[in-house]
Amino acid sequence: MKILIIEDEQDLQDAIKSSLEKEAYVVETADDFDAAHEKLFIYEYDCILLDITLPNGSGLELLEALKKAGKSENVIIISAKNSLDDKLKGLELGADDYLTKPFHIAELNARVKAVLRRNKLEGKNTIELKNISLDLEEWLFLVNNQEVPLNRKEFDIHQYFLVNKNRLVTRTALAEYVWGDHIDKADNFDFIYSQIKNIRKKIKDAGAHFEIQAVYGIGYKLVEL
Amino acid sequence: MKLLNRSLLYLSIPIFLLISIWSVVFYFKMLDEIYDSIDDGLDNYKLLIIQKSKRDSTVLHKSEFDESNYAIRKVGKSVALNVKDVYSDTLMYMLNEEEMEPVRMLTTAFRHQDSYYKLKVISSMVEEDDQIDNLTRMAIWLYVILILGILIINNFVLQKLWKPFYELLENLKRFRIDKDKSIPDIPTNIKEFREFKSATNTLIEHSVRTYNRQKQFTENAAHEMQTPLAVITNKLELLLEEGRLSDADAETIAQVMQTTDRLVQYNKALLLLSKIENRQYFDNQSLVLNELVKQTVNELEDFADFKSIKIKVKENVPLELKMDAQLANILVSNLIKNAIFHNLENGRVNIHIESDSLTISNTSKNGPLDESKIYERYYRTKKTDKQKSTGLGLPIVKAICQLYHFKINYGYSEAQHFFTVTFE
Repeated sequence: MKILIIEDEQDLQDAIKSSLEKEAYVVETADDFDAAHEKLFIYEYDCILLDITLPNGSGLELLEALKKAGKSENVIIISAKNSLDDKLKGLELGADDYLTKPFHIAELNARVKAVLRRNKLEGKNTIELKNISLDLEEWLFLVNNQEVPLNRKEFDIHQYFLVNKNRLVTRTALAEYVWGDHIDKADNFDFIYSQIKNIRKKIKDAGAHFEIQAVYGIGYKLVEL
Repeated sequence: MKLLNRSLLYLSIPIFLLISIWSVVFYFKMLDEIYDSIDDGLDNYKLLIIQKSKRDSTVLHKSEFDESNYAIRKVGKSVALNVKDVYSDTLMYMLNEEEMEPVRMLTTAFRHQDSYYKLKVISSMVEEDDQIDNLTRMAIWLYVILILGILIINNFVLQKLWKPFYELLENLKRFRIDKDKSIPDIPTNIKEFREFKSATNTLIEHSVRTYNRQKQFTENAAHEMQTPLAVITNKLELLLEEGRLSDADAETIAQVMQTTDRLVQYNKALLLLSKIENRQYFDNQSLVLNELVKQTVNELEDFADFKSIKIKVKENVPLELKMDAQLANILVSNLIKNAIFHNLENGRVNIHIESDSLTISNTSKNGPLDESKIYERYYRTKKTDKQKSTGLGLPIVKAICQLYHFKINYGYSEAQHFFTVTFE
């Protein structure tokens, strides 16, 4: 899997790059409009992370060029502007997703995987790991081919951990993904703790071959057993 | 007091003084003229009598005035020689008026065939008191008419003259710096008004520019912080993920991350607030608030369950609104979130939807809130933990209400907080 990061902020580019490399992707970078334009039309990428404000031009222009070439569907816009206009324009131009800075690495990871999954679909939209399988279309959680009933939020939590296998999922990232913006003032520590406790019990009872470990009291990590 | 009437007030005093002085001067001048004229007449009359006495000596024996207006008495030479022509005022009984009236009298002496005579000639005089009365009355009338005249002129003529000023004033009153860019132009040829207008326009332009710059500043600053915040968040996450830190270091990093999360929340809230205030939301669409409320309650149910809080929604009618969906969402969820988070264990949240209002109430262990402060940015009650609240939730609600001209009211009764949003 080949990914291009178009981002002019060097530090952010580095951080994204090292995160994606942990997932064993081939990662290339471009830090201005011209470099990005060149790379986009010479090579093929499975996923493109595109910053809108770039030196020498706008990311939206790049997107327009990509759309004309029929290559815009695997673009994730990463922008500091949470502006509805930009979002709509970006999505109209065929971008797959729109991520507002600052974001969590786990979130970016999940979005990238979603793009890769959608574009390399081989007839099914499932996440598999050892003896479990998560069917994203039918909302089914199977352990040893046995369905384990989950409610919507439990399903979301499983999905988030599974796409972030072996990666740090902070409590905040998890809360934002599952409960949306509503978390912003939660006494979320205890709340998330209690939710994870339930999930752990479910996983254990179902005999799934993974567990959710606590990481330094800031988040969790899904590891295979 | 209106300028026009104030000027009248200022005018009324000098006008009064002027008319008074003028009346006095006029009176004496007129009296002088009257005396002059009467005295001339008396002088002429004197000559006529003296002439007549030369032809007709009976005249010399007319020692009383009676029906005529002169009297002659024989006097000694020495007396006669001491008499000079004297005009004097005196009183005489007038039959027609049946009272003593002032008369002008000329006293003189003449010689006739070696005899000396003293002659008194009279003429009826103006009645000074009547004259003064009349004049005073007329002066007062003049004063009243003048003032009324000025009042009328002020109100019809000057009003018209001052019209550009009042229009400008009206426009200034209506001017809202957050809505208008300039005030409508008013045609006028009057130099002072033109200068006033141009000074006003300059001031407005300047204020609007400053206001916009200030508005933009918050938004730009918040925007500019997004990328550095992303760098901090992501680098810290990667650092923790490496798993090579000692527990103590990891603990510190975790604390820094939590602080960064707070910074991110502040920044998001600030950005949202400045976006609302900069009116960047105008994707208004029809939506049913009932649906939105139920959806939000559904999303927040886990939190409520966790604190064993019961949420009850009571709706009588569908409440339809035209507003931005995202803002409607924020409005509803901020209020419900507050009701859940500032609640008791086993507390209650009641949501009541009427045809034009939404009321959200919750049980509370603290007393009533200070309504004058709850909408202030970064205001938190002492008991609210700073780490858990941005202090921007209610200011955002307030800003949304202001944007759409909704009314928001706070109340407290029976140990419950009530927030009511009234839609127009």
